[in-house]
Amino acid sequence: MLITQIGNYSLILGLFLSIFFIFYLILILYGFIKIKLNNIYSILFIQLFSVLISFFSLIYSFVISNFTNETVYNNSHTTKPLFYKISGTWGNHEGSLLLWLLVLTLFIFLFFIDSKKQPKIYRLYTLVFQQIIILGFFLFVLFTSNPFSYIFPVPLEGLGLNPILQDPALAIHPPILYLGYVGSSIIFSASLSALVSKHINNFWAQHIKKWIFISWIFLTLGIMLGSIWAYYELGWGGFWFWDPVENVSLMPWFCLTALLHSILVLEKRSELKSWTIILSITTFSLSMSGTFLVRSGILNSVHTFANDPGRGVFILTFLFILILISILIFFFFQTEENVRENKIYWLSRETSILVNNWFMIFFLAVVFIGTTYPIFLEVLTSEKISVGPPFYNKLLIPFLIPFLIFMAIGPNLKWIKNDFKKVNFYKFFVFIFLCFITFIFAEKFKIKNLFTIILIISSLYLLISSIGDLIFKRKNISQNISHFGFSILILSIVLNGILSKEFSGNMKIGEEVKFYNEIIKFKKVETFNRENYKSVIATFEIENNKKKLILLKPELRIYNQPNIITSEADIKSSFYEDKFLVFSVLKKNNIFNVRYQVKPFMIWIWVSTLLIIFGGFVRLIKIK
Amino acid sequence: MKKNFFYFILISLIIFVFVLLYTAVFKSKSYIPATTINKKIKEFSAKDLFTDNEIEIKDLIHDKKITIINIWSSWCAPCRNEHIYLMKLSQDSKINLIGLNYKDDRSKAEVFIQELGNPFFKILEDPDGIISIDMGAYGVPETYIIDDKLNIIRKFIGELTFSNYEEIIDIINK
Repeated sequence: MLITQIGNYSLILGLFLSIFFIFYLILILYGFIKIKLNNIYSILFIQLFSVLISFFSLIYSFVISNFTNETVYNNSHTTKPLFYKISGTWGNHEGSLLLWLLVLTLFIFLFFIDSKKQPKIYRLYTLVFQQIIILGFFLFVLFTSNPFSYIFPVPLEGLGLNPILQDPALAIHPPILYLGYVGSSIIFSASLSALVSKHINNFWAQHIKKWIFISWIFLTLGIMLGSIWAYYELGWGGFWFWDPVENVSLMPWFCLTALLHSILVLEKRSELKSWTIILSITTFSLSMSGTFLVRSGILNSVHTFANDPGRGVFILTFLFILILISILIFFFFQTEENVRENKIYWLSRETSILVNNWFMIFFLAVVFIGTTYPIFLEVLTSEKISVGPPFYNKLLIPFLIPFLIFMAIGPNLKWIKNDFKKVNFYKFFVFIFLCFITFIFAEKFKIKNLFTIILIISSLYLLISSIGDLIFKRKNISQNISHFGFSILILSIVLNGILSKEFSGNMKIGEEVKFYNEIIKFKKVETFNRENYKSVIATFEIENNKKKLILLKPELRIYNQPNIITSEADIKSSFYEDKFLVFSVLKKNNIFNVRYQVKPFMIWIWVSTLLIIFGGFVRLIKIK
Repeated sequence: MKKNFFYFILISLIIFVFVLLYTAVFKSKSYIPATTINKKIKEFSAKDLFTDNEIEIKDLIHDKKITIINIWSSWCAPCRNEHIYLMKLSQDSKINLIGLNYKDDRSKAEVFIQELGNPFFKILEDPDGIISIDMGAYGVPETYIIDDKLNIIRKFIGELTFSNYEEIIDIINK
């Protein structure tokens, strides 16, 4: 069909523009051609426009169920609701790469408009580096995963979108995450370019800070949406599983968060230049490694796309070329000034930010080892191991405690030098008071683990101190909000972890089971026919000791295209706790497997993450 | 000097990681969950597609032949593609090929067999998919090679390819 042709050729146009553009920019940089900004704007715009046409023609193919297109055939079906037809565009490997390209070209266009006040050479170098990345992606899309492949003979019906992907949170999770990833590519190109054009200073820091915040906000939001999806749709009864693919999105987040803090030192004090550049390079490399691990099929998880070694090899080679280029540039253009050792006073804001960076790098290292070690081990010894939550809990939790305390103290220190005598010691009494309260609380709820108690104390300490700053100082509202959000996040995760209760067992219709101070009653099962699936809905009643009834209606969905059963947990959220119930068919004779969980403070995990993001957002607005 | 040495170490480390990951890409190409191999499949009984008689799987196992269970459906496109290999396999006298018709309509299944030929010794019905799920199937098609004690020897997820076909012949002739 014509629409497929249009999409395909406009992609090829974009590829040639990219090649031409790189040569054009190099000729300008070496002084062979005079610089004409208008031309650059036009090329950038045409490139963006060509990708946009491609993207919309793919969406259109999905909407009209154009099965001459292989991507549409593999991932869509005529009976699918329109919303999921559209979101199916980026729910698959080919389409999601097209989305990557779209965001890449969009961001570089915006970047170029936004960086008008910066030196010309710096802007041009950024364009060169970013175009190299864009070129890589064009080649990747066109040669290994073209979304516009023909299929003949034309099938009458498509294979359908995997039903677990048919969820609103998941429809926006990938695009948001990509905005974060691609934002990190801008930071990467900009810092390499700043290095080459010797433009690493506080003026640059001020300008790139905006992009760091943008990608950080999207990355955080993307990770949160993925987690919400896992909790509501996968029905595993948790929000974070230390699944390799989740870790892969968390690693650039740690790095980006470190960068977010160290860029402030560069902005205010012109220090930590090399370190900031290293962090920028690492953030993007980690984002790319994430893409590699997910797309190559090395990892087996819910995120696995089609296993094709050709794709894996392409991204791997591309990733390592980028890393090698950046290392070479880093060492060739490193100036004495960048690495000059500056004296940072031990009690100052700079030190506290450095401490934050050390912790972030430690967290990053733990997650990195936990994720990649099993892969390396399998290649070297053919032994399969899996690294699960105990590993992360043991290594991360003890270090969270000092981290939280530093988070409370650090922001109140002054830049350059803080007089030791001026440290606010009244907070120390707050700390002792909190210890006292927490121990009473622990006694009541029979929490025996000392680490847990100390963790609660330190997050409460951070909570009180950031509220205090928010109310009395109002110097740095955005940071206070984010730190406050983080303390609630840790607090709710910890309390959720230790106070959760679970019932799991087989039940017949009409049966009742006593569970702590509640009674679970299995009332009935009904079957309905829906648009593209058959739905089996069970009704449960939960009665607590005050005779209050709560109705829970978990569902099994039997999809026809493709033929998959998914279970939809029913979750009743309240201010204080979530009640979570999921069931599955066991055998023909009316016995069902039922899992019922009471999860306290679940909603606070999302609210606190939103608060953290909101803090970043407030800062972003202030920059502009 | 010190700086050069540092480059050298860093770059060799990167190359090492590259080679490692490169190998990993090719290694994990066909992933079979290790847990399902050498596991026994659950005994089951199901209705015969043509005669409607209830048949025990145990009665279909032959001690001189190797049993292959193929889970298929008339609505599944890859099943159509792999059918030629099943037809070829059915000509081998050492193979006892059993079809398990997954969540299908009986009349459509019959049309499918009439159209493409019947490679199966027996076709059992699995109208609600429970037998297949108990066997550990993710979807259709899937092919299981089992021994006379119902142990899974090999499992193929998805459409059988020519190389899968050759592999099956190798297993049979061992």
